Amino acid sequence: MSSGSQTQDPIRLVGLTLGYDRHPAIHHLDGTVRAGDLLALVGPNGAGKSTLLKGMAGEIPCLDGRIERSAAVAYMPQADEIDRSFPLSVLDLAGMGLWRRAGAWRSLSRQRGPVEAALAAVGLAGFEARPIGTLSGGQFRRALFARLILQDCSVILLDEPFTGIDNRTVDDLLVLIRGWHAEGRTIVAALHDLAQVRAHFPATLLLAREPIAWGPTARVLTSENLTRARNLSEAWDEGAPVCAGPRVEAAHDHGAHEHGAHDHGAHDHGTHGHHPHEDAA
Amino acid sequence: MIDPFGSLIAPFVEFGFMRRALAGCLALSVSAPPVGVFLTLRRMSLMSDAMSHAILPGAAAGFLVAGLSLPAMTLGGLVAGLAVALLAGAVTRATTVREDANLAAFYLISLAGGVLLVSLRGSQIDLMHFLFGSVLALDDAALWLLGGISTLTLVALAVIYRPLVMECVDPLFLRTVSRSGGPVHLAFLALVVINLVGGFQALGTLLAVGLMLLPAVAARFWARDLGGLIPVSMLIAALASVSGLSLSYQFDLPSGPAIVLAAGALYLASMLAGPRGGLLRRLVRPRHLEA
Repeated sequence: MSSGSQTQDPIRLVGLTLGYDRHPAIHHLDGTVRAGDLLALVGPNGAGKSTLLKGMAGEIPCLDGRIERSAAVAYMPQADEIDRSFPLSVLDLAGMGLWRRAGAWRSLSRQRGPVEAALAAVGLAGFEARPIGTLSGGQFRRALFARLILQDCSVILLDEPFTGIDNRTVDDLLVLIRGWHAEGRTIVAALHDLAQVRAHFPATLLLAREPIAWGPTARVLTSENLTRARNLSEAWDEGAPVCAGPRVEAAHDHGAHEHGAHDHGAHDHGTHGHHPHEDAA
Repeated sequence: MIDPFGSLIAPFVEFGFMRRALAGCLALSVSAPPVGVFLTLRRMSLMSDAMSHAILPGAAAGFLVAGLSLPAMTLGGLVAGLAVALLAGAVTRATTVREDANLAAFYLISLAGGVLLVSLRGSQIDLMHFLFGSVLALDDAALWLLGGISTLTLVALAVIYRPLVMECVDPLFLRTVSRSGGPVHLAFLALVVINLVGGFQALGTLLAVGLMLLPAVAARFWARDLGGLIPVSMLIAALASVSGLSLSYQFDLPSGPAIVLAAGALYLASMLAGPRGGLLRRLVRPRHLEA
């Protein structure tokens, strides 16, 4: 990973509103994901966790506000669009992670070592030649993690990575995630298992369309906050009025280095105080 | 029929027009099937059929302007095919109707328009030529065109192969790592169109898809991965070309349909005997393994 991302916040959210058809799924969110964060996104279904991750990955445009990214982002969606009937081997699927290094034309045969190592790291040694259609759900998820390893990005976004996966696989993958954290990578994961979040994720953002709390996990996942998150309406109000909140200027260059990020970020962050909403806790 | 091998090659040895037909079909056999392999894997088989019909009004417009002139008809077909592919894609992105429905609408319009245009000036024979091609009357220019299309297709496929595979398997991943998804998809559509225009010369609008799809579908019963599917599909197309032309000569059959029927027969044979999911393989079921 690049050393530059250590000094700069990899993701800043400024007055961010994301949604579909003008209806916000994330409403006026401000905050910073710091380099090296291991952040859990928690909230009920429909809280906007996936939407926020899609926004961070650059998959959907912002309705208002902006997302400032200063590093390459690897993204594992919740519902992948992978065609598993395609005649592709596990080796080739994981090898896609080398795109940034190999591009469309550079040889992959010299990269066989790293790909095999990544597959071994997720417990899929010996599966190289297997067609992806023959893998079980857990094995397939492991293969996707191997691809993430090969992507070698400093920021990794995971959308419910453990849904439908058995405990042993989850434990193996959590070891991998902790390893990434130890290497100084930034990880944001949408999760539902609160015990898992408390055990493994130092920081949490509790969402229910509006941000409820963002900070150290123990201070965010209080019963009071969780009740508030549950009670926030999931309703899609067709007749919702136009939002009267402040407009935020959209960034012109999304994903590039934002020098402004530094100046703004300098004063409003304490030791682990990421954002204004923490005091709501 | 004492010497089946001799009777297979004799027409090609004896007659120049048969050799030209064979050369044209073999050129088509190495370029169209790989495109067809990707089409079937992307579940776009019927889409290519739609696009082949879309070529007709363009070729017919060329015919109206310049008569039976190869460059005019080729250019017209290319323009019309690309226009329909792009329009259907654009309308799909702009509206909520799915791409297959839009393609169906566009190709019905094109087919009816094309037949109308040809009938305005041409005879019944011209219309037959448009619909079923004239593989036995390929001139030098048409052969150069088929060879050029073949070369261009193979080079282009080599260039876009990796992002194309990624776009087929996991378009979302390709979007997150690269912006090449859109251009690659367009390049692939362009390859479909130029191969259909090539097929149009030999086999006509209605059958141009035959050498593209039938070998590709048949290959799936023989090979497991792309590295196998592509060469097997080329081989099947070449076999269909040789046997179809030869049979059409022996039994005085129209050549275009004979070639496509030969490909169809190879497909049926593959479906029965192919080692990967063929029907006969299902009858003989060896006992399962231990792990």
